[in-house]
Formats: sequence, C-alpha cells, structure tokens
Amino acid sequence: MTLSLSRSRVIRPPAPQRSLRTFPVHLAMLAWGVVTALPLIWAIISSFKTDNEILNDPWSLPSSPQAGNWARAWSQASIGRYFFNSVIVVGGALLLTMLLGGLAAYALARYEFRGNRLIYYTFVAAMFFPVFLALVPLFFVVQQLGLLGTYQGLILVYAAYAIPFTVFFLHSFFRSLPGEVAEAAFMDGCSHAGVFFRVMLPMARPGMVAVGIFNFLGLWNQYLLPLVLNPDPDRYVLAQGLAALSVSQGYRSDWSGLFAGLTIAMLPVLIAYVAFQRHIRAGMTAGAVK
Amino acid sequence: MRHGRWRFLAGALIPALVLHVVFVLSPYAQAFYLSLTDWTGVAGEAHFVGADNYARLGGDSLFLDAVRNNALMLLLVPLITIALGLFLASMLHIGGKGGTRGIKGSGAYQIIYFFPQLLSLVVVGVLWSFVYNPNTGLLNGALRGIGLDGLAKSWLASPSLALPAVMAVLIWSSVGFYVVLFSAAIDGIPKELFEAALLDGAGGWATFTNVTFPLVRESVQVAFVYLGIAALDAFAVVQVMTVGPGGPDGATEVIGLSLYRNAFQYGKFGYASAMGVALFFATLTLAVMALRSSRSSKVEMA
Repeated sequence: MTLSLSRSRVIRPPAPQRSLRTFPVHLAMLAWGVVTALPLIWAIISSFKTDNEILNDPWSLPSSPQAGNWARAWSQASIGRYFFNSVIVVGGALLLTMLLGGLAAYALARYEFRGNRLIYYTFVAAMFFPVFLALVPLFFVVQQLGLLGTYQGLILVYAAYAIPFTVFFLHSFFRSLPGEVAEAAFMDGCSHAGVFFRVMLPMARPGMVAVGIFNFLGLWNQYLLPLVLNPDPDRYVLAQGLAALSVSQGYRSDWSGLFAGLTIAMLPVLIAYVAFQRHIRAGMTAGAVK
Repeated sequence: MRHGRWRFLAGALIPALVLHVVFVLSPYAQAFYLSLTDWTGVAGEAHFVGADNYARLGGDSLFLDAVRNNALMLLLVPLITIALGLFLASMLHIGGKGGTRGIKGSGAYQIIYFFPQLLSLVVVGVLWSFVYNPNTGLLNGALRGIGLDGLAKSWLASPSLALPAVMAVLIWSSVGFYVVLFSAAIDGIPKELFEAALLDGAGGWATFTNVTFPLVRESVQVAFVYLGIAALDAFAVVQVMTVGPGGPDGATEVIGLSLYRNAFQYGKFGYASAMGVALFFATLTLAVMALRSSRSSKVEMA
C-alpha cells in the first residue's frame, strides 16, 4: 500500500502523492457543495433581474440590479404582511411552547406522583403519530372553538404540536441536573415555582436554547397546519403565502417578483444560521442523537 | 409545603395537558371513529358504515397510485440520502491527510451542506420548480450550456420523470442534515481505532465497513425512521411543485395529498380519515421494524 509505505519513511513523505490522493475527495465534497448552494445563489441573483433577463437566459447576471422586485414582492405581493403574520404566530407559539413544555417536563422529571409515567408517555406517544391522521378532526375542533383563521387558534395548535417533543427533550435534561442546588433553595424558603424559575430554568439554559432553536425552525417552516386551519389570506403565514403566490404570480408571469419573494422568505433564516451556526446545528441534531 | 407542591404540579401540568388533550389526543382518537362513518361535515349526519371506506380505498386508483409512489419513495429516498450522507460525512473526517484527519475546509462544507435543512419545504418546492422549469430553469439552462440540448426535458410534466424529480428534491433537502448527524457520530469514535485500522493496512473502504459503519449504526437506524416518515409525507413538495397537484397522470400523487383533497375539497371527511388511519399504520410498522432491528444489533464499544 502506498499509504503505509510513505508512513514508514522517517523523512517527510512527498507532498504531491498525498494531494493526488485527496484530490478526488475534495472534488466530491466540492461537487455536493455546488449542488447545494447553486440553486440558492441562482434564486438570489435572479431576484435582481428583470423578467426579460430571467426568461431569456437563466445563467445571465442582472445588467443593473432591480431593487424594485423586492419592493413589489414585499408590498404588492404581501410578502411583508405574511412575514409579519409569521412573526406573531411563531413568536407567540414559541413562548407558549417553551413555558408550558418546560413546566410540564420539569414537573414530570423532578416530582414523583401517581400517573407521572402515564402522562409522560401520552406526550411521547404523540410524537409517533402522523399529523395527517389528526387533520380532519382537528379542523372541526378548531372550527367549533371559533378559532379558525385566527392568530390565537394557530398559536394554540402550533404549541400543542410542539409540546410533546419539548417535554420529551427537556425531561431527560431536567433529570440530569443535580438536585443539591434546588434543595438548598427549598431550605431558604423558596417556593416550588420559585425553584423552577430562579434555579432550575437558568441551569437548563443550554437545553432550552437547543430545543428552542429546533422548535423555532419547525414552526417557522410549518405548512400543513396553516393550510388547513388558516383560510383567511390576510392572515397567511410566510410559507402559506409563498405557496399561494407561486400559483398567482405564475399566472401573472411576474417571475422577478416571485424570485424576490422567495429570496425574502429564505434569506433571514440563512443569515441567522451563518451567525449562530454551531448552536443551530447542535439544536437541530440534538433530537436525533438522543 | 405539601399543599404548595400539589398546587405547583397542577399549575405546571394542567395547561400543557389541556392543549395536548384538546388539539392532539382527541383529534387522533376521533379520526379512528370518523374513518368508520360516511360523514361529509354536516352535524348529525354521520352514519356508521363499518369498513366500507377501507374497502373503497382498495378500488380508488388515484389512492393506489399514491400508495405506490409513497412506497417507491420509502424505498429509495432514505437509501440514497443515507448513502450520500455517510459518504460525505466519512470523507469529511478521514479523507484528509494520513487518513485519520479531517479534510481541509470541513467546517465550511458542513455550513453549506446544512442550508436546505433550514428552509421550509414550500420554499424548497418553489425554488426547485424554478430549477426544473423547462424554458427558464437552471437545470435545462446548464444542460444546454454544455451542449447537451437533447437531455433538456420538461422534468415535472413528463409522467416518467416527475416522481424521480420530486425524489431528487427530497434527497437534496435532507442530505446535509444527515452529513452533520453522521459527522457528530463519527466524531464520537476514538481516533485510535482509525489509526489502528491504518496501521493494519486497511484502505478507505475496509476502514468504513469495519470501523466507521458498525459504530454509527445506531445513527443510521434513527435516520431510516426519520427519512421513512418524511418519505411517507412528501405532501408540501408535491403540492407546491407538481401540476394538478399530483403530477401528470397521478405520477406524483401521495397519500397526504389524496387525504387533503378528499377532506377539504370534496368534503368526504370519513373517507379521508380512513386514509389517515392507513398512513398511521404504515408509520407504526416502520417505527416498530426500525426499533426491532436496533435492539438485535447493538454494537458495544469495548
């Protein structure tokens, strides 16, 4: 083997041989990088082109960047409103999920009482059911509560479907925390709620951040639930609005506006990711590693 | 103290439980009952029809198309995604100099590979419907650019190409996540094992089959479950990307799409619920099979 030969030499092994060996590897890695990044870059560049440029040559660069595409997508095509709706719904749902999920996980992890395991497993079991199974009855439950097409309705349903994983994830996290600090706080006369909010929650911060990031992306990208439960176009969330836009703008042939809308939908998440990428990758994969 | 304990427990558990029962558990339970009725959405007009809906599923050719397409995706999408993910992850780690060190720039590769995972499947679907566009799309543009005009196709409109095109998108959007996942698993393998393999004269493939793969097997099984569930879904991408939706000649119809259409366009809520129950059992079978195989084949690190 060439490899073991070069290893047995005392003097530095020749460099060219090695770069020859790693070259195909680099090529393969680079190829997948291009396959991943090229469509994204292409969409961003296309969002600055005129309709004519888009139709005539998919590979051309914009002769002069058309910022008007973005303005048109943001206001006329309502991407701005959809963005705002997403912020309200996802923000509200995320707060509710973290608060209720965190409390439930903590209570189940650190208190012994009858029915504890039963409650825990009802939460965990829900993670294995496809949302499609619940879809039809869920529509009527939300309708009967008068919550169809409202922010509150979406927030409650989003939270309800994010809580099971949050409980499952934080349960093991709270279990792994040492009990001494909490006992000391009880001795000092701290209430149960006080111990949770002032002692245990700060200690659980890494877990909360990881599951918070996971939930944020899952909820931000949610499509099926709003499609069914949110029929009012004024309250469309971003994914839903973009899907509707891709049909209507296609008919109107406003390709540049659609590329701009697509870019507005994907750019904030990608920028936030590049800024916090280590945390985000850890949070996203944490669920699968458990 | 005792009093405060119960009050705290009630306050901590009841809000989450109420949401869980009202919006998650009760709809799941109702779905099983609804699947045995002919309900069309009007209150009080649901008749018990036994297994009729299930019998009708067997004669619904569009639903059978959907089952066939989901089955094909279930077979191919996890396999190709995991193969690519494992290949790229092990290259990131041992493709570098000497066979034990990470490749140069592996951090940058991981950042880029992960991009699609962050995007909504709707964004992915809209993006790829542009890429596949027969006249103005990136793919045909590239093929024409290098002189392969003959290979330029209308990808999503041709019945034989639409499903592979959709599967390619699903694979594209998930490979990066599994590169990162497998990469974390490979990080957990002690470096000495790779060095020992190298000293024994093991090549790249031998190292992979004897060292890397047995020790990341558990991650691979988790990946199969996740990807299998995604392949049984595929709703968003198909609904956004393919005409109809459901593609030419039902070529990209999936169970979720059939369910959605029957419920919210035709108002056949009982029938749609039966599809939901079928999907549930498919998912359950998948999870049980994966769990069983993981129990029987655990590798203990000495």
